[in-house]
Parts: sequence; structure tokens; C-alpha cells
Amino acid sequence: MASQDIAVSVDQVVKHYGNFTALHGVSLDIRESEFFTLLGPSGCGKTTLLRAIAGFESVSEGHILLKGEDLTGLPPHQRPVNTVFQQYALFPHMTVLENVMFGLLRKGWSKVEAVRRGQDVLDLVQLAEFAKRKPTQLSGGQQQRVALARALAPRPEVLLLDEPLSALDLKLRQSVRSELKALQRETGIAFIFVTHDQEEALTMSDRIAVMSNGRVQQIGSPKEIYEAPVNRFVADFVGETNLLDVEIASIDGGTASVVLPGGTPFTCPAATVLDPGRGHLSARPERIRITAPGDAHLDAVVTGHTYLGTDIQLQVRLSDGEVMSVRLQNSETTSVPEVGQTIGLQLEEGAARLLAD
Amino acid sequence: MAAGAPMGAGTSSHIYEGNAPRLMAPSWIFIGFFLLAPVIMMAVYSFLTKEFRGGVIWEFSLAAYDQFFFDRGLFGDEPPSIEWTYIGIFWRSIWQAGLATFVCLLIGFPTAWFIATRDPQSRSIWLFLVTIPYWVNLLIRTVSMKFLIRDTGPLNEFLLQVGVIGEPLGLINTNFAVQLGLFYSYLPFMVLPIYAAVERYDFALSEAAADLYSGAWTTLRLIILPVVKPGIIAGCILVFVPSLGAFLAPDLLGGAKTFMIGSLIEEQFKGNAGNWPFGAAASMILLTIVLCILLVYARNQNKTEIR
Amino acid sequence: MASVTDLRRFPGFLAITLTCLVVLYAPLIVVAVYSFNASTSITNWGGFSLTWYVDVFTGPDAPKFQRAAINSLIIAVCAAVAATSIATAAAVAMTRAGRFKGKTLSFALINLPLMVPEVVTAVASLVFFSAIGFTTGLLTILVAHIVFCIPFAYLPISARMQSIPDTYEQAAMDLYATPRQAFTMVLLPLMTPGILSGFLLAFIISLDDFLITNFVKGAGVETLPTAIFGSVKQGIKPNIMAISTLMLGVSIVFVSLSWLIGRTGQNKK
Repeated sequence: MASQDIAVSVDQVVKHYGNFTALHGVSLDIRESEFFTLLGPSGCGKTTLLRAIAGFESVSEGHILLKGEDLTGLPPHQRPVNTVFQQYALFPHMTVLENVMFGLLRKGWSKVEAVRRGQDVLDLVQLAEFAKRKPTQLSGGQQQRVALARALAPRPEVLLLDEPLSALDLKLRQSVRSELKALQRETGIAFIFVTHDQEEALTMSDRIAVMSNGRVQQIGSPKEIYEAPVNRFVADFVGETNLLDVEIASIDGGTASVVLPGGTPFTCPAATVLDPGRGHLSARPERIRITAPGDAHLDAVVTGHTYLGTDIQLQVRLSDGEVMSVRLQNSETTSVPEVGQTIGLQLEEGAARLLAD
Repeated sequence: MAAGAPMGAGTSSHIYEGNAPRLMAPSWIFIGFFLLAPVIMMAVYSFLTKEFRGGVIWEFSLAAYDQFFFDRGLFGDEPPSIEWTYIGIFWRSIWQAGLATFVCLLIGFPTAWFIATRDPQSRSIWLFLVTIPYWVNLLIRTVSMKFLIRDTGPLNEFLLQVGVIGEPLGLINTNFAVQLGLFYSYLPFMVLPIYAAVERYDFALSEAAADLYSGAWTTLRLIILPVVKPGIIAGCILVFVPSLGAFLAPDLLGGAKTFMIGSLIEEQFKGNAGNWPFGAAASMILLTIVLCILLVYARNQNKTEIR
Repeated sequence: MASVTDLRRFPGFLAITLTCLVVLYAPLIVVAVYSFNASTSITNWGGFSLTWYVDVFTGPDAPKFQRAAINSLIIAVCAAVAATSIATAAAVAMTRAGRFKGKTLSFALINLPLMVPEVVTAVASLVFFSAIGFTTGLLTILVAHIVFCIPFAYLPISARMQSIPDTYEQAAMDLYATPRQAFTMVLLPLMTPGILSGFLLAFIISLDDFLITNFVKGAGVETLPTAIFGSVKQGIKPNIMAISTLMLGVSIVFVSLSWLIGRTGQNKK
């Protein structure tokens, strides 16, 4: 059976809060041993979905299955899933080890075994020597690892992580990312990770579900999400992009012929469900080359530069007034056009995509 | 639990949802039965006929309210005119309570401000010093005040010996003594809410005002007072309401001339001279005044606080 | 020098604060000092002595005051325990049970004892208790005390609970604790400082009450405040000052205790 390597199956889940609908029939499958990310802006329903899996929110319609078993109606303490909370929620009146042992003891482990397992898990997150401390005596990064250890100790079927890195500062966040990913591989437990940070999602995930307004917009690998977004929202939310208003001449299968704002025809991959008429062409700023004006895809006037360290970002204006940005790598050989200069823009074939709204 | 059924109480984010009636029941029973019911009963009693040895006869009558507001002569057969005795007592009580509130504010605001602008360490010590007297038994505080200021008390003895005065000041049994007692009883109620408001006050506002050419006292009047006003109003209510119904301070420190509502009500229920319906009516009038003040306060509170 | 630019300072505020403290403390200090007066005449200083403290425990009034003190203590302990339990249950309902029918009304009811003037509560209780024939002295006083102690116990407990994020209980439930275990193992330990200060506040408030007790007590039953009041009506005797000083000491011990508990509660957060 194919469903055997599915850890969590979310089936047509709807959640209403009074008149507000937080989830509009969300369906997705999370595979075993997968790092799965729910990505979206605040209010998109990603946390509601996570809390529904954990059992903190009831669902209005639909089902959530864990390894093929329906979780509906089970309270949180009867679900074999564990959560790493956003602010960790480490019990302040217990030591680090007591925190880690808490779930084991509730599950009926003997004290001796719970201590052993607790110490093993603390070893795993490199906090063995802090076992006797109170959580408040630890740094933010250490607390985060205790929260992780506490949730991993009972060997949950799935680990739920609710923006666990948001309380850490930038430098720490970056190093924790690789640790978290390594830990996931080591334990082989499926992680469901909620974040609004696209960089976190792209660097850690095996697959990402981009959510907006209570709906899943796209599910795919980080590369698919970034390079082949299915609609404007995904293209705009994940990374930076230029959206050009274009006329669609013809559309056939996955390829479309469009007319660019200057009148130049252009062929590009297209998202599947599209009607002829007008559409949006997404072109990533780093996938545009600068050439001489005249025979390029687009002619534009440079209106400003922004120095970004690794890159230099150009702001340009097309003849019809549309504004775009272009990224140039910052190196000795890069020649940066002056403000006011007219330049040609060449879109990389295959990298610009026609999108649904 | 049947699969597919809406999830039960255990799965909600409010984990004790559904247990509220059970948890609230003791409060409802105790306060409902031993406070709400008595107050309602009191309201009923105020419309009954008095019995001469205390108690009531179950016969509807407006006599209690009539006696409060109107004078019908010694034998009750003259045309009614306004009876000023009881209105006067209420008026004097309101005036006394108002004055006590004003004095508490005048002293309490600078005190609260001073404490709130100390550094955090000494702040808690100052606050501690101001609140200790509040924890001391009110009766003992009032008795101590009586002992201190009476004609043969230490204060007068001291002033006589030093020679500042030739005869005792005669402070006891005056309005001044009652004021002193009320001030002493309720000052912490003024200081604490103002302190809380000043502690939250953002001193950048004062800096902005000073930057815009405002002097210290102008800043106090135009910026600080309006910003900490919620604390001031809360303090005023916390002092005014208990002062209005105060019993110990007027009874122990005041005399016949300083008779207040508390004593008026108390008299009606003590001994044989009592008139229960009349005492109940006076209580209901006092309760109405207090609830009106609280209601107006709650209304304004809801308007200013956007939740 | 106090600089012109310190916007926090207003001239005279220090003086007012000190005056304030003098007025608050002078009567208490004077009474405490005179309680050690050897002289029988109250106002003349006759040298240091513990005569009046000995009198409190062995003098002619001693049995009366001892009985009253025991009554006060029994009532205060029982009322504080009962009010704290009731208030804890109410605080859990108000902060952890989401919305429920009659929540606003429940909140108003809990705070009702604070809104009704004390003298009205006193006479209403008297009228009600005598109407239902509930005039057994101590028990009557206890019931009245429990009622007005509930809001005082409720305030610190609910304040404490509001500062505890409910993710703690969620984390406990996520780690296989039942709702009951989540309460006893996580919420209750975190609430403890609030419950303790609620208990202390209720205890002091019960010990402090004169007016309501004076109305609902049956004939012959006295608490310390009513006994002192009765005695003061015949003039302030030195033994009253000794009793007052003892009670002052008890109060200061209690307030210091609750202050310390409040501090540890804040540190733990």
C-alpha cells in the first residue's frame, strides 16, 4: 500500500472560527522521515493546521490521519506527536532533565528508564551537563535545544515545530538550522516545521507547502517552489521577483508565447491552468542580463542603485513606466550602468515563467 | 468518542472549557446566597412597615423613604415639606468623603510620583513603607490616631510642654479629626493606582514637552496629569467609596456634629431604638449612589480602553 | 546638585512624601512606645516596663481577650482557606475555560463584595441571617468573612494566572499529561505564589474586619477587633495599647512575608 510511507495525511480539513474560515479544505500528505515545511505569511493558517495535528484545535470538517489512523476526537495527550513551541514553554519549576522526562513518565516509563532516555536525548542535543539546571538559567539557544530534546524524548511518530527559531537572534538562527536538519536525518522522524521565513524553508526542507489565506498554494521541493512557482503569490512570497504585465499570444501545454511590454515576442514555460489574454511574467532579478539597448528583450532606463554587499541591485524603468529590479554580482569585472543610462535587458530562457494570478 | 464527531473539551486550547460551571459554583453559592440575597432582602425590607422592637411587619409601605425625604410634622398630619435632617447627613458625608479624597490626592500624587521616580531598588522599599500601615488593623490605626490627638494625648501634652500652645488644641470630635482619620485609613488606596500609572509613564513625553519649551509645572499640567489620569480616577474612587460609608473614623474620632451615613445606618439596627425599614432605605440610597459612581467609571473605562 | 534638566523631580515632592510617612507612622509609633509605659496614667511617661504585656496575658481582662484572639485566629484561618480555595477555582474558570455563559456576570459577582459599602453588607447580613434563623455566632461570622474575602483572594491569583501563558498546559498535554495532571503538575506549582499571596491577603482582611463582624456576631461572641472596640468605648486603657502593638507586630510579619513571596514569584517568571 502506498499509504504506508505516509506519516501524516491531512484530508480536506476545514476550520471555522465563527464567521472566519482559517482553513479552506486543506489536503496534504507528509511522508515518513521527511522534513516538511508549512510556509506562509502570518494569518495564512499554517499554525492552525499544526495545532490541529497536535490536537489543540478541533477541525470543523475533514480528517487528520496518522499512519492511516484517524486522530479526530483524540485529545492532545493521547496523540503520539510532540510539539516544539514557539516560546518553548519549558516548565520553569522543573529542571532540564525533569522537563525532558515529563512526557516519558506520563507515558508510563519507569523512572530509571526515563532518566536514561532523558540523558541520552540531552546528549544528542549536547546539553548533558545542564541536566540539573533550571530552564531560566540557560541561554535562548540552549532552551531551544531543551525544547527539542523534550519533544524528541518520547520518540513521537511526528515532531511538530512551531516557528522554533523565531525567538533566536540572526547569527544563532543560521547555525541552528543545520543542527536541526542534521538531527532530523539522525532520528529519522518526520518533522513538520512551521515558518514565515522563506530562507529557513528553502535551506532545511525536503518539501515545502506554501500557504496563503487558508489554502495550500503549492507543494514541492525547495527548487520547484523557487524556480517553478505556480502562481503570483508563490513567486512573490518565496524570493524576490519582477512581475511583468504581458499579453498572451498562444498557450500550448507547458509553453506560452507572450508579447513583452516593448512589443518583443517571448517564449517561456507556463503554469498549467491559464487562459489566453493577459498574464503575469515572473522574472527573478538575478536571472536577467544587461546588454546594449536595441536588440534586447526589453529597453529600460536606470533610475537607481542599491549596494547590497554581495550584490548590487539596479532599479530600472521600462518605457511604459513599469519598474523592475535587476541584480548584478558585486565583483571587479562587473560594470555598473550609470543612473539615467538606457540599457537592454535579456531575460534568461526558461527562468522566466508565465503565472496564474 | 465517535470518530468524526466535533472534538470534545479535551482538545480545545482552553483546556478546562466546559468545567466552568463546576469551578464557578462555589463562588456563585457563597456570594449569591450570602451577599446578593441579603442585599435583595434589604431592598425588600426598605418597603415594609417597621416593628417597634427592631424587625419588620410584612406590609408594603413607603414610610421609610417618606421619613427620609419629607417632614410631616410631629403627628404626621401636616402638609409635607422637605426633611433636611437625613439629606443633610448624606450631603455632609458626601462632602466629607469628597474632601478626604481631595486631600488624599493632593498628598498622594506627589508621594506616588516621588516613589515611582526612584531607582527600582529603593522604589520597592518606599512602596513597602507606604503600604505597611494599610496592613495594620483599621480599628487599631483609628484608635491610635484617637489616642495621639485627643486633648490629654501625647500631641497636646508635647505642644503644651514646649509652650507652642497655651491650652489643648481641641482636635478630637471635629471634622478635622474625621478628615485625618479618613486620610489615614485610605491614603494607600490613592497612592497605589497612581504609582502604577506613573511607573508606566514614558518619560520621553516629558522630554518632548521640555524640548518644545514647556516648563516643569506646565508639563505636569498639560502632559503628565492627562496621561496618568486613569490612575488618578481609580485612586479617587478607591478612596471616595469607602469614605462615604465609613464607620470607624467618624464614630471614634468625630462627635455628634460629624455624624455620617455609616453611623446613621448602624443606629437603625442596634438596640431597641432601631427602625429596620428606615435603615434599609438609607442603605439602599447609599448603595445606589455608590453603584452609580462605579457604573459611570466602568462606562468611561470601556470607552478609553480599546480591547 | 539637582540639575534643571531632571524632568522627574518636582520641588517639594520629597517633603510631602516624608510628611505623609510621618502622619502614617506617628500614631502607631506613639502607641507602641506608650505600651511600654510603666505609669498607670496613660499620658505621663513613667519609665520602661512590660507591665501591660503581662496584664494582657494575666490581668482581669486576659480571658476575654484570649478568647477573642482565638476566635479571630480560627475565623481568619478558616475564612482564608475557604476563600482561597473558592477563588482559585473561580480564577481557573475565568482564565482557562474560554468563554462561557454568564462569564461577565460571574466576574461582577466575584467583585460584588468590593462594590457594596461595608456598612451595607454588615446590616444586610444581619437582616438576612436573623431572617433565616442563622445566628450561631462563630459560624455566622465565618460565612460572612468567607464572602468578603473571596475577591481579595481572587485578585492576586487571577493576576498570577494571567501572567502564565497557556502554552505550559498545552506542552504538558502534548507530552501525554491528562488535563488533571496538567493542572496538578504544571499549572498549580506555577500558580503557588499567587495562591499564597491571595491566602495572606484574605487572612489579613478577615483579621482586620470590625464592622461586619460586629453586626453578625451573636451575643457573647467576640473577635479581637470587636472586643477592642467595646473596651475602647469606655476609654483607651494601657492594655489596649499593648494588644494593639502585638497586632501591629503580627501585621508587619505578615506583610513582610507576602512581600517576600511576591518577589520570589516575580523572579521565577
